[in-house]
Amino acid sequence: MSQSFVSLQNVRKVYRTRNEEFEAIQSVSMEINAGELVCLVGPSGCGKSTLLKILAGLHPHEGGEVRIGSLEEPFDPSRDVGMVFQQPLLLKWRRILENVLLPAEILGLPMKASRERARGLLAMVGLSGFEENYPYELSGGMQQRAAIARALVHDPKLILMDEPFGALDALTREKMNLELLRIWRESQKTIVFVTHGIQEAVFLGTHVAVMTAGPARMADYFDVDLPEDRDLDIKTHENFGEYTRRIYKLLDMD
Amino acid sequence: MSVDTWRKIIVASVVHVAFIAFWWLSVIVSDIPEYILPTPWLALQTLGTENYNWVFHFAATAQEIFGGYILALVVGVAFAAVFTWSRRLDETLMPLLVTLNMIPKVAMAPLFIVWLRFGIETNIVITFTICFFPILLNTARGLREVEPDLLDLVRSLNGSRWQLFIKIQLPGALPYVFSGMKVATVLAVAGAIVGEFIQSDRGLGWFMLVTQEALNTDAMVMALLLVTLIGVILYGAVILLERTFVVQDARIE
Repeated sequence: MSQSFVSLQNVRKVYRTRNEEFEAIQSVSMEINAGELVCLVGPSGCGKSTLLKILAGLHPHEGGEVRIGSLEEPFDPSRDVGMVFQQPLLLKWRRILENVLLPAEILGLPMKASRERARGLLAMVGLSGFEENYPYELSGGMQQRAAIARALVHDPKLILMDEPFGALDALTREKMNLELLRIWRESQKTIVFVTHGIQEAVFLGTHVAVMTAGPARMADYFDVDLPEDRDLDIKTHENFGEYTRRIYKLLDMD
Repeated sequence: MSVDTWRKIIVASVVHVAFIAFWWLSVIVSDIPEYILPTPWLALQTLGTENYNWVFHFAATAQEIFGGYILALVVGVAFAAVFTWSRRLDETLMPLLVTLNMIPKVAMAPLFIVWLRFGIETNIVITFTICFFPILLNTARGLREVEPDLLDLVRSLNGSRWQLFIKIQLPGALPYVFSGMKVATVLAVAGAIVGEFIQSDRGLGWFMLVTQEALNTDAMVMALLLVTLIGVILYGAVILLERTFVVQDARIE
């Protein structure tokens, strides 16, 4: 059996203030294979964003083991991670194309090739023709598309998304979910997607990790057995209801 | 330009003309003697008086205002930049600077005259002192305001401190720099004139003191109008620069 792309074993994270310890993550273990779209779902304070930051190499972890990549295919956290946040966080003073190029600039990648790539990515996320616009001229959903293109510009192996559609209205959110699935299939990236939307998690994920708060730990991790090629009709699929009920139950909401 | 912009320009012009008309009419109707308040026309006529040397005094005051202002801009932004680079320096010096900001800068003018030599440079220093703080404090605030997630984004790419500064902080702080600059324009004019009141042998403020002795109120009013004009030119230049360099959405109104 080939090695998984991401492997987490009993990962623990503690935040310390002067006289207090706060356990942000008690224990998380999971294996993610290349090309999967894993959704981390759970209530606020369950440590899902913290886990994302550990994967991004922004926070050290306490106990356990985090391995990403392998000896044959080493993983460089600065070059191989793309991040998308709840807010698009586009730079107001840069045009869309220049915004998408930011990671390439920071990494010092060849600009001419990156520019071509950025244009291609903007086309893929449906923003052809908006390269020279400023962020404020775009809607919230379009800004988030640009943020996704920015996360892909340096061709990272792992995309980390922290509630990327949480600030969008319900209709735009549905649309962006469909778009994300298309982008994921076209780009063939491994994506870890944090959300507190239970339906969203099942709709998007090839796998779902359910996390609970107090203590913050992983309560469940399962494969989502739904057709790869999903559209909104999937929500009426009997498995879909079963998965969402399973999560509701774990989060004590049934 | 859009219809809305033209409308605003027209409204602004009408209001200005109306104000001057109101002044003019008030003087005529109420029969105020001209040594108390001359009509705008009388004030304007003093421009023809050759030995008033208008161009010379206008240039002197403009030099003080622009000189002190530009100096404050350069030094203020530089200080703010240094503070964002060194957290320790920021923590050590910022409280002191906030206190120093409380000193009425105008009240330091007599001291400057003791410390520095008589002349236009001293007034530049006074103008600088008064403009420095709003620019420094605004810029420092702008440089500090970086979205934490944006910081994570740069850090996740292993971006350097310099890249963060030059690509995110500095352009992000530009609207704040302009915010401080706008406040400083009014202060700059006041600073230069007070300096001239206290020590000078030229400039529009000095000229007002001289003409006051002869009760040439019309010339005093004209000098005041010209000082205001310098202020308006400075403010206009700042607005123009802001429109050129700051994206509409990022401007602080």
